[in-house]
Amino acid sequence: MVEAINAGLADAMADDDHVLVFGEDVGRLGGVFRVTDGLQARFGQRRCFDTPLAEAGIVGLAIGLSMRGYRPVPELQFDGFSYPALDQVISHLAKYRNRSQGAMPMRVTVRIPSFGGIGSPEHHCESPETYFAHTAGVRVVSPSNPADAYSMLRESIAGDDPVIFLEPKRRYWSRQDLALPVTTEPSDRARVARPGSDVTVVAYGAMVRVALDAAEVAERDGGVSLEVVDLRCLAPLDLDAVLDSVRRTGRCIVVHEAPRTLGLGAEIAAVVQERAFHSLEAPVLRVTGFDTPYPPATLEGVWLPGVDRLLDAVEQVLEP
Amino acid sequence: MSTIPDTKDSAEASVEQTVGWLSRMLLIRRFEERAEQLTLRGKIPGGVHPAVGQEATAVGVASVLTTADTVSAPHRGHHHALAKGMSPDRLMAELFGKATGVSGGRGGSMHLADFEIGFIGSNGIVGASVGVALGDAFAAHYRHEQRVAVAFFGDGGVNTGRTWEAVNLASAWKLPLVVVCENNLYAVETPTAEVTGGGSIVRRAEGFGVAAVSVDGQDVGEVREAASAAKKRALAGEGPTFIEARTYRYSGHGSGEGPGAYRTVDEIEQWRSSRDPIMRLRAALAKAGQITDDEYARLETEADREVDEAVRFAEESPWPDE
Repeated sequence: MVEAINAGLADAMADDDHVLVFGEDVGRLGGVFRVTDGLQARFGQRRCFDTPLAEAGIVGLAIGLSMRGYRPVPELQFDGFSYPALDQVISHLAKYRNRSQGAMPMRVTVRIPSFGGIGSPEHHCESPETYFAHTAGVRVVSPSNPADAYSMLRESIAGDDPVIFLEPKRRYWSRQDLALPVTTEPSDRARVARPGSDVTVVAYGAMVRVALDAAEVAERDGGVSLEVVDLRCLAPLDLDAVLDSVRRTGRCIVVHEAPRTLGLGAEIAAVVQERAFHSLEAPVLRVTGFDTPYPPATLEGVWLPGVDRLLDAVEQVLEP
Repeated sequence: MSTIPDTKDSAEASVEQTVGWLSRMLLIRRFEERAEQLTLRGKIPGGVHPAVGQEATAVGVASVLTTADTVSAPHRGHHHALAKGMSPDRLMAELFGKATGVSGGRGGSMHLADFEIGFIGSNGIVGASVGVALGDAFAAHYRHEQRVAVAFFGDGGVNTGRTWEAVNLASAWKLPLVVVCENNLYAVETPTAEVTGGGSIVRRAEGFGVAAVSVDGQDVGEVREAASAAKKRALAGEGPTFIEARTYRYSGHGSGEGPGAYRTVDEIEQWRSSRDPIMRLRAALAKAGQITDDEYARLETEADREVDEAVRFAEESPWPDE
């Protein structure tokens, strides 16, 4: 996935010299995850440059550049480092277009290596999506595989809306044979990652892999057919895709790493009962992280939703 | 474990005290070297940010602090914790994620705290240590307590707004805060000079109306003198002091990160061979006839023994909720 995002950035920079990449250690080093590796060497310091460790300043810079016609793609080094930038995102990035009656689109893609599962501590493994998704005016997307990472990134950079692009660090080293450039479904559309008939499992980011693994096990060991819906876009949500699946299966489980309370699962469960109540055979369940700070690495296996916890929920919704 | 004697009034130090600093610096170095090895061997999860090379900044400042004085620290903070008197056993156990660790095994390398010894917490957000210490300095001032709060942070933190919000308030309200910027030249791997306007960190601090001084962070005596003056100023009600300690980390930003493309092996070697804080203090003591080679060797052996013991303690400790 790292290579796919790197290629997406490089291709976007090659196609449009208004695309600028900047952030903490993205230039000379190529980013702590090497996502921007080689971009400075290829495009020069004017196109790819290092900033101080100053997230509010980084996003402010992107906003001003966007006003002048650039397409900035700043990187915030880790999920937990995005909070100082929240003020700029919520109060300005998300609002400029509306505030200027559409005259000033914010063509900004804020890339954030996100979520847990790589053995890093607090600040480095967090799930900030709800903070952003709760803010009208920004799109929030998260690819689950290399093809989507490339395609959704290209689309985000080329679009007129500000996008919070959450990259699942845990999938950074996942591999897929790809002929680039690749175009997948539009990034505001969810996708059925595995068709099934008994239970709908809604997931995004690294949890899609967990859901697919659980679906394998459920099929093999219990003859239960899970349909896995990869949300891809977290704001705005493609609820039609979820509802369409739930109307067929009658059962729905939402899985996310983020803490349970007021996570995306709450919103999805609410909408499913509002709009597909009569199709439901069981309550909508959530399999999530806990309402605690992200734990140290020794405990993350317990904290993060895994195949077992998901299968427990499957068993629960299938109880007669 | 030896403790650094408190010296409340003067920067003058006895031979015994000075040897104490050398011994503490050796402990920190050996601890950090071992912690990095153990991380690479998978014993310590989550990685560490080793402070090898930066021992004198922590020990020099801590040498003028009492238990009532507090220290907050950034992501690279094992040396501050050990200098403030944290048990190497409980620190190592914390790195292992064990229940006996200072944060119950739930904090890890970047989230240490031991309120009993006045170590009020380290955290992984650049510059955030200054805000925490600001609050504690305010409390000291508010309750007329004769103590200071010290915030360590790095050069990466000089370019984030939150640092200066805290410095400004401490200055405006004349709070007993000592802000120590360990300038090791690189913010992760970006040369700080390339992203810092104005060039001088000290001049920037002066702009907020605080007493500001730049010292050789590889000279424990010079660091101590600056810290002593800062503490006196704070206790006299004259407000905060900003100390830039020019230092260097020999290791990468995180464990196992080699020299990197951002600096040369020569540069690292030069700092090691000509400015090493331990080597320099040892040489000064030897020149004054205050330490023999045998005595130094004993300090090294003792540091190794303490670290061995800390590893054994961590290995044998239970997991949280076990």
